[in-house]
Amino acid sequence: MNDSEIRQAFLEEIHKIAPDIEPADVSDDDHLQDDLELDSMDILNLVTALHARLGVSIPETDYAQIETPTKALKYFASRHGP
Amino acid sequence: MPSLGADMEAGTLVEWLIQPGDEVHRGDVVAVVETQKGAIEIESFEAGDVSELLAQVGQTVPVGEPLARIGEETPEVSAVLPDPADTAPPYIPSLGPDVQKVSATPPRPTAVVAASPAARVAARHAGLKLSELRGGGPDGAVVLADVEIFAKNAASSKQATDGLSEMRKAVAAAMTRAKQEIPHFYVSHTIETQGLSEWLAARNKDRPPAERILLGAAIVKAAALAAQAVKSLNGHIVNGEFVPSSEINTGVAIALRGGGLVAPALLNADRMSLEEVMEGMRDLVTRARSGRLRSSELTSGTLTISSLGESGADSMTGVIFPPQVALLAVGAPQIRPWVDGEKVAPREVTNFVLSADHRVCDGRQASKFLTVLADKLSRPEEL
Repeated sequence: MNDSEIRQAFLEEIHKIAPDIEPADVSDDDHLQDDLELDSMDILNLVTALHARLGVSIPETDYAQIETPTKALKYFASRHGP
Repeated sequence: MPSLGADMEAGTLVEWLIQPGDEVHRGDVVAVVETQKGAIEIESFEAGDVSELLAQVGQTVPVGEPLARIGEETPEVSAVLPDPADTAPPYIPSLGPDVQKVSATPPRPTAVVAASPAARVAARHAGLKLSELRGGGPDGAVVLADVEIFAKNAASSKQATDGLSEMRKAVAAAMTRAKQEIPHFYVSHTIETQGLSEWLAARNKDRPPAERILLGAAIVKAAALAAQAVKSLNGHIVNGEFVPSSEINTGVAIALRGGGLVAPALLNADRMSLEEVMEGMRDLVTRARSGRLRSSELTSGTLTISSLGESGADSMTGVIFPPQVALLAVGAPQIRPWVDGEKVAPREVTNFVLSADHRVCDGRQASKFLTVLADKLSRPEEL
């Protein structure tokens, strides 16, 4: 899975949780909580969906490392196999 | 058309999920109705064979009108509209006039209103009820100027609300009524939640995301247990009197994206395991966002919990959701100096404010609720 596929997967799962957030409208440095206004239940649902889709189980202590698309891409790229 | 909130007047039928000839049971989802709070799945209050569908898809049906007929023996009885006596307390058609029975001084007396002749004529022309006007004349009599001011304000407030979403109007109507009718009082308590948060972090550490539990779920479970201990906070005002509920159905206030709130109930939360509470809350949030809550979930809450979330402001004083009699508002946890024995240490603390109905209980019961809550939260392994 390449970078753009990971990015797309991340944004698609956000869109499923918050249908008003269109992937095209999210900028790379948008913060999940502060800018996109996801709450703790949304974040947990996102992490659950990403676990199922990418096979990466993100521990709670790592949530800050996926708080923007840029950070998330870096996080998954280093953990997700080819 | 059941009432799905104290302020609901009508709903629009979106979809029938039954046909004539189908057999339905109590609690079966029979239709989807669009309301101010989104699409709601309507459950049948009766059992039997569907004999006739009375409402058409797309039709807006006033609360109380029959949607369908179930069973053949009592063709005149509406099928979906429940008999209030049969289903109370979960189904509360309207509390407007009834609530006044317990008020020491009813906010809107229904007896003859003192008014000047000119005011009576002007009010009749404007289509206003004198009982809705605030009298500024001698002994509170309504005079012509009162009618003119009221009519002017009504016109401007109508303009102001035109720009509001249906959801905002629904919230405004329910909360305005709550503030006018319920004599709120408030008791607050700061509870150390560091132990709870550490316990949850340790519990969640080696579990996949699908099995993790949020702080909010632990608080809902602990509040349900506190409601078990203080029965005068859990129930409804029905026909002007407090009816304690034998079930503890915690309403969970959920902020909707785009604005507004819904507070569907988690039924019998006190009897659920912590895992089940978490699963139930996840399900409610998901369905609230996608607009598929069930009618019973909107009407059966007995005590509501409203939380600011895991980060943000430290406290909130909430408005009770009628016909309930209490609401627990939960602030975002904060790190604060905390006295532990002889020492002061930085600890995570959470502020809780209980809003309660003074017609039903006093500070003593509210205080007990919060101290039981603190006790339950201090022993998370028992939740």
